[in-house]
Amino acid sequence: MYEPKIIAFFCNWCTYTAADLAGVSRMQYAPNVRIVRVMCSGRVDPELVIKAFDLGADGVLIGGCHPGDCHYQNGNHKTLRRYLLLKKLLPQVGIEPERLRLEWISASEGEKVRRVCNEFTEELKKMGPLKKEVKNA
Amino acid sequence: MPDKPWVAFYWCASCGGCEEAVVDIGEKILEVVQAVNIGFWPVAMDFKREDVEKKPEGFFVASFINGGVRTSEQEDMVKLLRRKSKLIFAFGSCSHLGGIPGLANLYSRNEILNYVYKESPSTDNSQNIFPLTSFEDNGYALHLPEFYDRVYSLDQVIPVDYYIPGCAPPPDIVTGALEALIEGNLPEKGSVLSPNKALCSTCPLNETKPEKLLIRQLKRPHEVQADPDKCFLTQGLLCMGPATRTGCGERCIKAGMPCRGCFGPLDNVLDQGLSMLSALASILDFSPEELSKLEETLEACPDPAGTLYRFSLPASIVKEKRRK
Repeated sequence: MYEPKIIAFFCNWCTYTAADLAGVSRMQYAPNVRIVRVMCSGRVDPELVIKAFDLGADGVLIGGCHPGDCHYQNGNHKTLRRYLLLKKLLPQVGIEPERLRLEWISASEGEKVRRVCNEFTEELKKMGPLKKEVKNA
Repeated sequence: MPDKPWVAFYWCASCGGCEEAVVDIGEKILEVVQAVNIGFWPVAMDFKREDVEKKPEGFFVASFINGGVRTSEQEDMVKLLRRKSKLIFAFGSCSHLGGIPGLANLYSRNEILNYVYKESPSTDNSQNIFPLTSFEDNGYALHLPEFYDRVYSLDQVIPVDYYIPGCAPPPDIVTGALEALIEGNLPEKGSVLSPNKALCSTCPLNETKPEKLLIRQLKRPHEVQADPDKCFLTQGLLCMGPATRTGCGERCIKAGMPCRGCFGPLDNVLDQGLSMLSALASILDFSPEELSKLEETLEACPDPAGTLYRFSLPASIVKEKRRK
């Protein structure tokens, strides 16, 4: 079965800490996710998401604090709005919107990291690889 | 006509507005023709491809090429001009970024050909006639250029030395570029010949923008009577000012229309559309509890790709329908 590549942008304060917790708790989960730590999910510029797809990612996962918990008050509110706008743009440019996923995962939710990574990997396995640039289609 | 340097003008996938932009510089054109000879300009003068082919390599001091590249003929011509020219200027948005014809990249080549030659309501093509690159009739061979898979910006086909932005480039930008060429004080190669600042920083309406710009609604220009003296973004009209290079003289703003982004992104910005998308997400004032309201508001932007990338789709990193 196809092994998708997933780029995950996890915020330093919540989701990355949760992934750390999943690690030290020795939870097993899909090895398809490559985690990039960012200070805030609000720092995830749409350029980073599109560039990840462009460089071969089959899916992009953004993880941030639950609304109200953001270390920077409302960084994740901007993430959410950016995510919604991107979701609207993606199908127009030939990328299935399901390949982009946003999850709120707090520092204590190591189990949720495991579940989300496994779920997303399974979904992308079913979808297969992201279609690549072709000449003279 | 000895000693004067030679220049060339050429057009590819464009509307012809850029040709007018050359003439729009007014009587300054007389100073230009005193300083240079024009050796090739299909829209205005009778030179043929052979005239260019006969010239030695690097004969033209500069070629000004407008339009994106969509056909094999255009590719051939720009490659020929690249060989014969010391400098290549991408002239206008289409050549710089792909321009409005570049929005065709939202569709594949086959989708376009099928629609134009078969499916459009006004077309009757029961014999299924489609354009071919070569065709023979009574012993005569006819040839048409190949229609490529997508529109390319000029620098995706040949190396480009300078960019003159705008749809169409305004007279002072064109004059500035020509003067810099004639006087020999062009900036570093690869430069866009316009200030590297966002349109908002020079916009006359900037002072009407509140310190913290937040909006609760998006409107389309035909739906409202916009106040021409108030920042368009505060009125909920999508203005590309925050993500667009200045230098245009705020022509659209002064005519009561929000910026559409023809000058393209600033230096070091990878992608104009995504940069605007990011800016827009920051000013839309909706909390996570009001998601449905936000989604309703976004319906006022039914075509994000066409709006955010009106002039820059081929040069963007989203790769449009190259994915098939």
